[in-house]
Amino acid sequence: MRIVVDLTRCQAYAQCVFLAPEMFELHGEEALLYRPDVPDEQLERVRQAAAACPVQAILVGEAVSACAG
Amino acid sequence: MPGDLREGRIVIVGASLAGLRAAETLREKGFTGTLTVVGDEPRPPYDRPPLSKQVLLGKAAANATELPTRWDPDAEWRLGVRATGLDPIGKRVLLADGESLPFDRLLIATGTRARPWPNPQEAALDGVFTLRTCDDAGRLADRLAAGPRRVLVIGAGFTGSEIASACRERGIEVTVAERGPAPLVGALGGTLSRLAAGMQRAHGVDLRCGVTVTALRGNGRFTGADLSDGSRIDADVCVVAMGAVRNVEWLADAGLAAGPQGVACDAGCRAFNMYGIVTDDVFVAGDVSRFPHPLFDYQMLSLEHWGNAVAQAEVAAHNMVSPGPLRRPHLAVPVFWSSQFGFNIKSVGVPTFSDQVVIAQGSLAARRLVAVYGYRGRITAAVTVNMAKWLEYYQRLIETAAPFPPGPGAADGHPLVTEFPIPSDVPDPKGLSHGPTVALTGHLPDRRLTVVRRAC
Amino acid sequence: MAVDTLLERINDYASRPDPYPLYAELREVGVARQTDGSYLVGGYYDIAALFHDPRLSSDRRNRAAEFAAPMPQQPSFIQLDDPEHHRLRGLATRPFGPPHSPGRVDAMRGEITGITDQLIASLQGRTRIDIVDDFAYPLPVTVICRLLGVPRDDEPVFHTWATTIIDSLDLTSGADHDERTRAADRAREEMGRYLVGLAEQRRGRPGDDMLSAFINAPKPAALTHDELAATAVLLLIAGHETTVNLITNGVLTLLRHPDQLDLLRREPALLPGAVEELLRYEPPVQLLPQRTPLTDLEVADTTIPKGVPVVLVLASGNRDPKRFRDPDRFDPTRPDNQHLGFGSGIHICYGAPLARIEAQIALGALIPRLGTATLVEDPPPYRHSPVLRGPRHLPIELSPSRG
Ligand SMILES: Cc1cc2nc3c(=O)[nH]c(=O)nc-3n(C[C@H](O)[C@H](O)[C@H](O)COP(=O)(O)OP(=O)(O)OC[C@H]3O[C@@H](n4cnc5c(N)ncnc54)[C@H](O)[C@@H]3O)c2cc1C
Ligand code: HEM
Repeated sequence: MRIVVDLTRCQAYAQCVFLAPEMFELHGEEALLYRPDVPDEQLERVRQAAAACPVQAILVGEAVSACAG
Repeated sequence: MPGDLREGRIVIVGASLAGLRAAETLREKGFTGTLTVVGDEPRPPYDRPPLSKQVLLGKAAANATELPTRWDPDAEWRLGVRATGLDPIGKRVLLADGESLPFDRLLIATGTRARPWPNPQEAALDGVFTLRTCDDAGRLADRLAAGPRRVLVIGAGFTGSEIASACRERGIEVTVAERGPAPLVGALGGTLSRLAAGMQRAHGVDLRCGVTVTALRGNGRFTGADLSDGSRIDADVCVVAMGAVRNVEWLADAGLAAGPQGVACDAGCRAFNMYGIVTDDVFVAGDVSRFPHPLFDYQMLSLEHWGNAVAQAEVAAHNMVSPGPLRRPHLAVPVFWSSQFGFNIKSVGVPTFSDQVVIAQGSLAARRLVAVYGYRGRITAAVTVNMAKWLEYYQRLIETAAPFPPGPGAADGHPLVTEFPIPSDVPDPKGLSHGPTVALTGHLPDRRLTVVRRAC
Repeated sequence: MAVDTLLERINDYASRPDPYPLYAELREVGVARQTDGSYLVGGYYDIAALFHDPRLSSDRRNRAAEFAAPMPQQPSFIQLDDPEHHRLRGLATRPFGPPHSPGRVDAMRGEITGITDQLIASLQGRTRIDIVDDFAYPLPVTVICRLLGVPRDDEPVFHTWATTIIDSLDLTSGADHDERTRAADRAREEMGRYLVGLAEQRRGRPGDDMLSAFINAPKPAALTHDELAATAVLLLIAGHETTVNLITNGVLTLLRHPDQLDLLRREPALLPGAVEELLRYEPPVQLLPQRTPLTDLEVADTTIPKGVPVVLVLASGNRDPKRFRDPDRFDPTRPDNQHLGFGSGIHICYGAPLARIEAQIALGALIPRLGTATLVEDPPPYRHSPVLRGPRHLPIELSPSRG
């Protein structure tokens, strides 16, 4: 699974960093950095982070190469 | 062909952010026909912004940024194949491998590439890089990991500044050379560019403004560069960050209004032909497009913004399969972010479309602020530095063409009226090493009708 | 009925079980001026916009003279604007979250699960339990005590203070209200002294709790005594009088929607979304009575004058059909759920990640046991406050065969 964060929406509420600190990181007070590839053991946390995002900016999905088509 | 296309053939050229989001949206809107996505890079769509951030910081691998899909777009992916031409009458896309793809609707989403160093021999020196693709980022990240003595970055736009920031964070010495008076000045104007210069210097960047790089030196390997002020930089890595070039050469014979500024389209993302007549089967989205925006006097905008690629791709896809009256305009206000030196910079509107600027909240001293830009008495843009939570408010002011300067009453004890607006001080982009990532390109679809010829 | 009495009717204890029709009435007009001069805002988009509007203050000292309300000497950051708010919230976040302590809350998952398991074990064999007293209250209290470094055994002491403070959060005015406010101020002061006392014991001998971190912070990052007191009081109250309602409302809502309960039992992966939906559907913080415009504001075609109290009715915005399809339906699979349950903008709930984890773990542990459970009373008895709204007790009957 992969993630991409729509950083044009992101307002640095950092809910994702609290809930999945191995995947998301604040650089300074507001700049969000994240790991785009999700290891299996982080998937549950990443899903919680995506659900909790106040601006719903986190997209979790299969990479194109993993799609059937 | 009736306006709402459910079956038939759609071809998308450009397999990146705009291409992927368009493909998904087509399926979401009920398109069940064949969908082919052509991309000259050998890999599936990936995300570029992390390439100058996480990847250069060594926090993510260059090949890890493949984009997630919202759902399977059920497309045929023709990757590693370049589109070489468009036959508008036969309605075919010509491919480098000799094949041609017939279409009922075409989406042009070929984006941009890095502007190369003008001298090809110098550009070919080992250690000279540009940064646009995943491979570029992988190679550059490897070099940074090897611990170069000094990196020279040419151009202090967003990408150049982010590269410099990553270098400093990794403890690498870095020199930034910029022809303009300060970093980011082409995007943010004078006031914030001075803040950017301060940020760079505070983080130990050797920032040289008002200079050009006259030559890259080296014998096979890059060893340094000469500057126009007579000085010389010794470095073992050079990153050329001089902006982007639109990928329009393949359209040279297509009869479209395509030029160095991009492919002109209307608010519905339909391409204009070279006579300024709108086509009905060729659409454009993402970095390669130029489109008119009502908030900016209907001038044509060229944006290199992630958010625009997504929003425009969705509108284009919707319109490709919808009958005329159900088509939508692409009116989204431009939004952009950059992170560098631990700061989060966000912008909404077009800061260069301004004559004045005011610090509406926060302050330069606190290094957290909201700068609001005005043009002839109305608000046209806002930029936040580490104050992103307020941006929405100013976006609404831009959308409603609210008067500039904004009214009094900021909640941080910072009465706006006392802060004098000052000239926004936006230079002519011609005098800069970095290309602004947003450009106003006039009103005419065919104004830049220079005939572009294929590079090779 | 005139909307200008809405606030009174919301405040009326009889409205507690179902205030939602009143909110629907509010949304009809968007903004409603009340007889006491305050303004209620009920539309989703208006509330969301106001959260990001720098002209709306959280500092009551900006109220016009006729609305002046007493303020503590050292307000806590929930009552302050930038830049003071930013400074104090930043200092309070250092030992709690990113950028300085990004893994702190995540690292509590194990402990929260342990506390939950103990509480569940204590229910073993019982056929009638009170979700509030037996589960939803003790869990967050134990968690916030461990986090802050407050002895759990002192709960009876600080619970009395907390109740006094919360009871002052109603929306009435007059002598009665002023008395409650004065009592709350006294409670706040005593609680502050108590918490600073605890912190002082750890000066130079830090534990891994937040009071230790606050008192031992190096100079530029240190809170003053008064700031420490105000911050610690805020955290202790906010940390244990809100999550109880989220968990309790969760059980109540699920028992009222057996199909959704069943769905969550079969698909526990839906739980994070279900918690967000609960925050929309039955938000523990129903409204925010703190705000004051610094200048006349145009909201939904109404001019709200400078200096008047503005009440953001979150629970109304959460049910706005202009934003949420089928808003009165509880749907744990709802997409794009940008509810207002934790507020938004710079004052967005500080403890939201903790509350989310607690609610997910708590409901995750309860759901498998609720299959045959029934509500003893529906509606259950509610607590006094219309602001922090939730059942005082939630007795349920469990079938003996299940644990
Ligand atoms: C290093 C970097 C950092 C960035 N950071 C930010 C940021 O912080 N914020 C922000 O808002 N934006 C940022 N951007 C910009 C953002 O990535 C772009 O706006 C976005 O990628 C545009 O997407 P697109 O699909 O329109 O074009 P592109 O991503 O350029 O994709 C076009 C694709 O088409 C392919 N193509 C071109 N010609 C042909 C042809 N003839 N045949 C077949 N395929 C062809 C190209 O190879 C490419 O794969 C950044 C970009 C880079 C490079
Ligand atoms: C389900 C549980 C909770 C809900 C629904 C909730 C709701 C809210 C809301 C709506 C606000 C915004 C107030 C405003 O804008 O004026 C807020 C602020 C706050 N909350 Fe929570 N909260 C919860 C749990 C917690 C917890 C567990 C803590 C502490 C650990 C906490 C600490 C705070 C603090 C300190 C603020 C003030 C933030 C600021 O002003 O910057 N909350 N909460």
